[in-house]
Amino acid sequence: MSLFWPRGALRFWQRNVYIFRRIFPESVAVNFLEPVIYLLAMGFGLGAYLSTIGGLPYLTFVATGLVATAAMFGATFECTYNAYVQMYYEKAYDAAITTPLNVEDVVVGEIAWGATRSVLYGTAFLVVVALFGAVRSPLALLLPPVFFLAGLMFAVIAMTFTAVNPHIDYFTFYFALFVTPMFMFSGVFFPLDALPAWVQVAAWLTPLSHVVRVARALALGAVDARHLADIAWMLTVTAALFPAPLRLMRRRLMR
Amino acid sequence: MRDDPDAVVRAEDLTKRYGPLVAVDGVTFTVRRGQCFGFLGPNGAGKTTTMKMIYCALPPTAGRLQVLGRDVRTQARAIKARLGVVTQENTLDTALSVRENLVLFGRYFDLPWETARRRADELLAFVALAERAADRVDTLSGGMRRRLMVARALVADPELLILDEPTTGLDPQARQLVWEKLRQLKRRGVTQILTTHYMEEAAALCDRVAIMDGGRIVAEGAPADLIRAHVGREVVELHGLARDGEGTAGLRRALAAVGDAADAHEVHGDLVLLYTADGETVLHRIRAAGVDVEAAILRRATLEDVFLKLTGRMLRD
Repeated sequence: MSLFWPRGALRFWQRNVYIFRRIFPESVAVNFLEPVIYLLAMGFGLGAYLSTIGGLPYLTFVATGLVATAAMFGATFECTYNAYVQMYYEKAYDAAITTPLNVEDVVVGEIAWGATRSVLYGTAFLVVVALFGAVRSPLALLLPPVFFLAGLMFAVIAMTFTAVNPHIDYFTFYFALFVTPMFMFSGVFFPLDALPAWVQVAAWLTPLSHVVRVARALALGAVDARHLADIAWMLTVTAALFPAPLRLMRRRLMR
Repeated sequence: MRDDPDAVVRAEDLTKRYGPLVAVDGVTFTVRRGQCFGFLGPNGAGKTTTMKMIYCALPPTAGRLQVLGRDVRTQARAIKARLGVVTQENTLDTALSVRENLVLFGRYFDLPWETARRRADELLAFVALAERAADRVDTLSGGMRRRLMVARALVADPELLILDEPTTGLDPQARQLVWEKLRQLKRRGVTQILTTHYMEEAAALCDRVAIMDGGRIVAEGAPADLIRAHVGREVVELHGLARDGEGTAGLRRALAAVGDAADAHEVHGDLVLLYTADGETVLHRIRAAGVDVEAAILRRATLEDVFLKLTGRMLRD
């Protein structure tokens, strides 16, 4: 039952594009502003006290890491608050499943749209970072597909939570216990190499740390084989968790 | 299941359980092509659950259910491609325009953009919303939203239209407009299944009705046949029968006077209903016997009489 119909998922994705165009400037501005503020605060504020990290100006270090978080927030906001509003208040899922679309198509369309927003936010933020002179390699042009993969991963995780979330208020827990700690401890603001081994293991378990490593490597042109392992990590987690939101959402809606 | 080429929906012993709760308790019915079939019943009778199983939003626990010749358990997508559904709650995209709602829904049915746009414009004219095409849905009144729901359900030219309480909460003008549209669709041959709380709605639209209570169908048939079978042709209402404080004595005297002219009676507070084939005789006998009554009114029996007789007058929630 958890097979999906790609064309149906595309149709729901198209619907989300329409909605997005209607709410375009304001919703994007808010989500996009957050990493920019971090960049300014940390890059310039903290950067004034730190000369370099691992041979990089602190601004460059933070900026290349924040690129990954912009991608994370794109899919995460879409597949938590926005998806919940569409599902629970607007009843857009109930509407769609009276058509040839099944629950699985709707969920995959939503996940794909979350990943699309990751590409949009990640890329827009990458341009800002480039204006600050923090992009050093043309390999950065490979980042949008990485944003898409990262977006799929964060969208699948978020949709799994959304499918079982009993009330919109509980997203506070998702952010306070998962997103924010990950944001702080995934190597965005400080390198993880110098930390105790158990912290490094814990960080390795967080999805964001892998995105940060790949994004920074591509932006700086310092890619090696270990980054393939990061990509493999993201692919594995995404594929393994992918059936969960489909099945849980079917259970939630079809009763 | 009997083979019936005209059957659009065939349900046999259809059952839906939630743990110990039985929402739909083994119902059997057939809806034929071109019919308008109504489900009536108090809240919690199982109407909406039955509808959801028909439009494949809810898997049955037991029994058989075929819609348009296909099994709802295995061929939901193929069934849904040929349905139009108006759910009990509005499920419109409120941030989008009226027209966009229709076009995007057409896309769900895999209509090409061009076709979806053309259908949207035709349907907006049909439900008298053409002037609001560019407005956001959240600026529409309740009646307009309901009409838009009906239009949206028609976007892919469905063979079967399913309407769960299409006019609940609408004012009389809006209700009349929806009824008119549904009757037009019926004339074009679109099969319809609807649920309603309004007996006059069922009487105005439905060829057949099934009265549900407690998850079961307690009566099914053409409205006129149900009225004849369960309450007779006419009803005499006696108002204020016991106002002199005589208690049931007034009622006893009235019933004695009427004799066999009434087939049955029901008492609701100070209102007594006498079901009869010959109301004039009943009235005459009441007057001749000098029964002390505030008012005696003769009227035609309605579906509401059948409904209340079969499902009782207890509040359900």
